Amino acid sequence: MIQLENVCKEYSAGMPAVRNINLHIKEGEFVFIVGNSGVGKTTLFRLLLKEIEPTSGKIVIAGQELSKIKRRKLPDFRKNIGVVFQDFRLLKEYNVYENIAFAQRVVQTPTRTIKREVPRALSMVGLADKYKSFPDQLSGGEQQRVAIARALINKPQILIADEPTGNLDPQNSWDIMQLLEEVNANNGTTIIVVTHNREIVDRMKKRVIHMDHGEIINDVDEGGYFHEA
Amino acid sequence: MRLSAFFYVLKQGVKNIFRHKLFSLASVATMITCIFLFGTIYAMVTNVNHMVMTAEESVGITVFFNEGLSEKEIQKIGEEIQAIDAVSEIHFVSAQEAWEDYKSRYFAENENLSEGFEEDNPLANSANYQVMLSDVSQQAKVTEQIGNIIGVRRVNSSQDLANTLTGVNSLLMYMSIAVIGLLLVVSVFLISNTISMGVAVRSEEIAIMKLMGAKNSFVRAPFLIEGMLLGAVGAIVPLAVLYLLYGKVIAIVLHRYSILSNLLQFLPVNQVFRSLAPLSLIMGIFVGFAGSFISIRRHLKV
Repeated sequence: MIQLENVCKEYSAGMPAVRNINLHIKEGEFVFIVGNSGVGKTTLFRLLLKEIEPTSGKIVIAGQELSKIKRRKLPDFRKNIGVVFQDFRLLKEYNVYENIAFAQRVVQTPTRTIKREVPRALSMVGLADKYKSFPDQLSGGEQQRVAIARALINKPQILIADEPTGNLDPQNSWDIMQLLEEVNANNGTTIIVVTHNREIVDRMKKRVIHMDHGEIINDVDEGGYFHEA
Repeated sequence: MRLSAFFYVLKQGVKNIFRHKLFSLASVATMITCIFLFGTIYAMVTNVNHMVMTAEESVGITVFFNEGLSEKEIQKIGEEIQAIDAVSEIHFVSAQEAWEDYKSRYFAENENLSEGFEEDNPLANSANYQVMLSDVSQQAKVTEQIGNIIGVRRVNSSQDLANTLTGVNSLLMYMSIAVIGLLLVVSVFLISNTISMGVAVRSEEIAIMKLMGAKNSFVRAPFLIEGMLLGAVGAIVPLAVLYLLYGKVIAIVLHRYSILSNLLQFLPVNQVFRSLAPLSLIMGIFVGFAGSFISIRRHLKV
């Protein structure tokens, strides 16, 4: 599903943000990418979304080599990847329903389909009764649920979450992880979570890829945050 | 684009105007100022142009013939004059008409003084053609051409007046092109700046749209619609104000400079607006479109 070969990214010459990344993530996997701040996790996240280009190396996602995707074909590629951010990035002027519908609007889904699928997505994240609320009327956990519903509404094959529990208390963090696990189990969506939340990582017992100084230093199935190979 | 997407984009464009009232207001205010200035200058230029044209039309050339020419020969001269490109109109004045005209001008209140001349027209040789030109700047050339026609005795023209009018006309043209061009550049700059601020506020929204797989055209469309609508409103408001003010300003000018009322030939408001209204609307919509297009471009590279 996701293949990285010798991927390097330098923002300025001689200062690699990530280097020699070799990684293979299978379809339907649930993977944590962990490490302290500034180790290159976010750069990796942005590379996978083709927000930035690698300085060298090859990235293949769902059979497509990213460097060969033309700019005008980028929307089709991105439709296949759901994204969740630490700060939720919900549109404050839109209510919950509109925020989720927005993801379908931008890829020009017919209104009939939107009306059918948004309530379904809201039920899945347990917010069916809050569809009229605005983001600032919701708790952090609820906002992240809306963001997850939005990321999943277009049925992407891959969901990438950048510090999805960064702004949440432990209980809400755990609930969000449970939700992602459900999505992974029920829909077969490949899930990549970039985080430095030790507790969650240790508790989830999933594949853990540990990064340091821009490199992968550890990659263990059913690992924990401090697992040593 | 799907029909439902088209209506969504249209709705978003309209909604954005109200969602970001302050920026909309700033854009419209800038547009109103620019179009109001444009309209004022345009109305002034068309009116002055009209006055110059009216003055030009009254500038004629008088062509006198050799003595003893037959009617047929005079007619032939007329045809030759008519064949010259810059000639718009030609009118024959017989010796009798010339005398009548002279009499009415110089003996208006003492007609008996002219009685002595009745039998012997002192202007017997002054049958002539009054020649009007479509382009007064061609006067010298036409005068020379007519002078070369066989049978023409003399050609009278006022070269000074013709030169002055031609000068005024071209000066006016260059000035108006310069002022309107400058205004257009300033408007696009000001409006794209104002719209830029509005777009910058929404850069987050644009980035989210792009990350979700929105096509550039889909992201851009509501902004373009918003820009064009603001442009249209920014044109309609000053047009309405100018329409209402036009008659009043003319009345004031005519009242204040009543001594020049013969020269001050103003165009009726509808005639000015026949071209000003569509021109301003197109300008407003275009500037709104261009301003939005330029502003959003750099935000699309996500």
